[in-house]
Amino acid sequence: MTRVVIAEFGTAHDQIEALRRLDAEGFEALDAMSPYRVAEVESYLPRPRLTIRPHMALAGFGIAAFAYGLQWFSAAIAYPINSGARPLNSWPVFLLVPFEVGILAAAIAGFVALLVSCGLPRLHHPLFAYPGIERASQDRFFVLIIPPSDAGSRLALERLLFGAAALSLGEAQT
Amino acid sequence: MSLTLPARNASGSSRAHSLLPATMTDQAITGAIADPLLRRGAGRGWWIAFAFALLGAFAMVATMALVFMRGIGVLGNNKNVVWGVPIANYVWWIGIGNAGTLISALLLLTRQDWRASINRFAETMTLFAVAIAGLFPILHLGRPQYFYWLFPYPNSMTLWPQWRSALVWDFWAILSYLLFSIVFWYAGMLPDLATFRDRAESRRAQLVYGALALGWRGSASQWRAHRMFYTTMAALAVPLVCSVHSIVGLDFAASLMPGWQETIFPPYFVVGAMFSGFAMVVILAAALRQGFRYEALLTPRHFEAMAIIILASSLIMTLSYATEWFNGWYSGKSAERGEVAFSFTGTYALLFYAQLLCNCLLPQILWWPTLRRRLIPLVLVSFGVLVGMWLERILIIWNTLSRGYLASARQTFHMTGADWSLLLSPLGLFAFLFLISVRVLPSISMHEVKELRHEEAQS
Repeated sequence: MTRVVIAEFGTAHDQIEALRRLDAEGFEALDAMSPYRVAEVESYLPRPRLTIRPHMALAGFGIAAFAYGLQWFSAAIAYPINSGARPLNSWPVFLLVPFEVGILAAAIAGFVALLVSCGLPRLHHPLFAYPGIERASQDRFFVLIIPPSDAGSRLALERLLFGAAALSLGEAQT
Repeated sequence: MSLTLPARNASGSSRAHSLLPATMTDQAITGAIADPLLRRGAGRGWWIAFAFALLGAFAMVATMALVFMRGIGVLGNNKNVVWGVPIANYVWWIGIGNAGTLISALLLLTRQDWRASINRFAETMTLFAVAIAGLFPILHLGRPQYFYWLFPYPNSMTLWPQWRSALVWDFWAILSYLLFSIVFWYAGMLPDLATFRDRAESRRAQLVYGALALGWRGSASQWRAHRMFYTTMAALAVPLVCSVHSIVGLDFAASLMPGWQETIFPPYFVVGAMFSGFAMVVILAAALRQGFRYEALLTPRHFEAMAIIILASSLIMTLSYATEWFNGWYSGKSAERGEVAFSFTGTYALLFYAQLLCNCLLPQILWWPTLRRRLIPLVLVSFGVLVGMWLERILIIWNTLSRGYLASARQTFHMTGADWSLLLSPLGLFAFLFLISVRVLPSISMHEVKELRHEEAQS
C-alpha cells in the first residue's frame, strides 16, 4: 500500500495544467483518474510497457496454425475423403477457419492481457474509500502524487495544486 | 418531424461546427444517458413496445418449436427450392449483425467524430442480430439435433467435419464473429459500467454494475491500455467482418448454380450488409432519440452522415446489380442469361422490381439535403432499404433455385404460414432483446462522447 496525495479537478484542462506544473516543479505524479481518456496526461505519468499486442499476435497466429493443422490432420490423415477429386490438403479452403478462429483467439487473449495490464478484476480498491472518488467516472478529474517527505515541500505542493484550480486535496491509500 | 442543421461555414463543410451542443458538459452527458435508466422508470411507450416485442418473441419460439417438432416440411421449401426463408433470413440478419461492428470499427479507424453517439447501440444491435442469424442455419437443417457435428470433437464414430463445406465455414464464421463482437462490445462498455456503478442509488444496482465493471477506476494507465486494446480490436474487426459476410457470399458463389457462381458475391454481400445495417441503425437511433430524449446526443449531423452513407451504399448496390446482369449476358451461357431474364420477367418479377425500387431508386431522394435532414423521410427510406434487402436475399434464392438447369424440375416457391411467422417473428425477438438492453445498459458510449466533447473544446 502506498500513501498518496490526491487532488481533485473540475476539468481535464485543469488536470493537465496541474500535471504540467508538477512536472516542472519536480514533483512525482503517480497516476491520474478521469471519466474518459485524456491523452495529454500520459506524457507526465509513468508509462509501463504494454504487452497487449504481442499477446494478441501470439494467440492469434498460434491458434490459426493449430486450426490449420487440425484440418490437415483430419482431412489428410485421420479421415481422408475423395471429395470431387479435390486434393486432401485443400489449403486455399483450409485458410478460412484459421483466419476466423485466429482473430477470435487474438481478441480473447487481448482482453485477458487488458485485464492483467489494468489489474482487473479487482472489485474493491483502497482508492474507492476516498470521499468523492465516485465522480472520477462521471465528471471529475484526479491526480495522484507521491507525497514529499518534508513539510516545506508539502506546503509548496499544496500551493501548486490549489494554484492549478484543485477543488479539493486529501490523502489516500493505493 | 424536422431536424434543423447548423449553418454551414463558407467552405461548405459543417465539420468546423461542434457535434454536441455547448450545454453538454460532462455532468450533463452522464445525466442524459445514465439517469433515464438509473433514476427514472420505463415510460408507457417502452412498455407498449415491450408487450408487442414479447408477443413476437413468443411467436418466434413457437415457430422454432413447430419446425423442430414437425420438420422443415412445414416450410415452403420444395425439392428444387431447398433453401427458402431460413437462409434468406440468415443472410439478412447476419448482414444487420455485421454492420454494427463494421460501423463501430471502421468509423473508429477513420476517426469519424460522429461515431461516439451511435457505436454502442450499433454494436448491441450486432450481438442480437448475429445471435438470431445463427439460429437459421440450424432451423434449415433436416436433422437440426445434430448441428453440433459441425464441431470437431472426439466421437465414437471417428468422424470429422467436412472442412470444404460452406456450412462448416458458416459455423466457424458466426461463432468467431459473435464471440469477438461480445468481447469488443463489453470491453468498450467497461468504463460506462463503472459510471453506472458510481451513479446508481440502489444497493442492488451498485452491486450488479460494480461486478460488471470489474473494478474499473479510470486511471490513466487503464485508459492507455484500454485504448491500445480497443483500436487493435477495431483493426481486427474490419477484416473479420468482411470475411464473415464474404463467407456468407461464398455459400452461394462456391456453388455451380446460375446467378450464384459469381466472384462479385463476397464484396457485394459486404456492401449489402453495410447498406442494411446503416438503415437499421437509423431506425434504432430515431427510436432511441424519441424514447430517451437523446436529441442533444443524436444530432441532425449524425443522421445526415448516415443518410450519405446509405446513399453511397445504394449506388454501389446498383452498380453491383448492373454488374451481375452484365456478367450474366457476357458469360454467353444460356442458363446465366435465362436467370437474368427470369428475374425481370419471371414468376417473382414484381418482387424484383420492388427490390430495385427500395434499394436503388428510393435512397436517391437523399441527394436532396432538405430530405436527408428530415427524420421521417430518412426513416421511411431506411424501412424501404430493409425490405428491399430482404427481397434481394430471398430472390437470390428463389430466382436461381426455381429455375435451375433442369427445365422439367422447375418449381415455384409458395410461402406457408410457418414461413411468414419465421420471417416476421424474429423482429419481435430482436426488439425484445434490444428493449431490455437499452433499459439496463448504456446505449450511448458516455466516455467516448465526453472525450469527443473534450477534443472539441481543445480544438
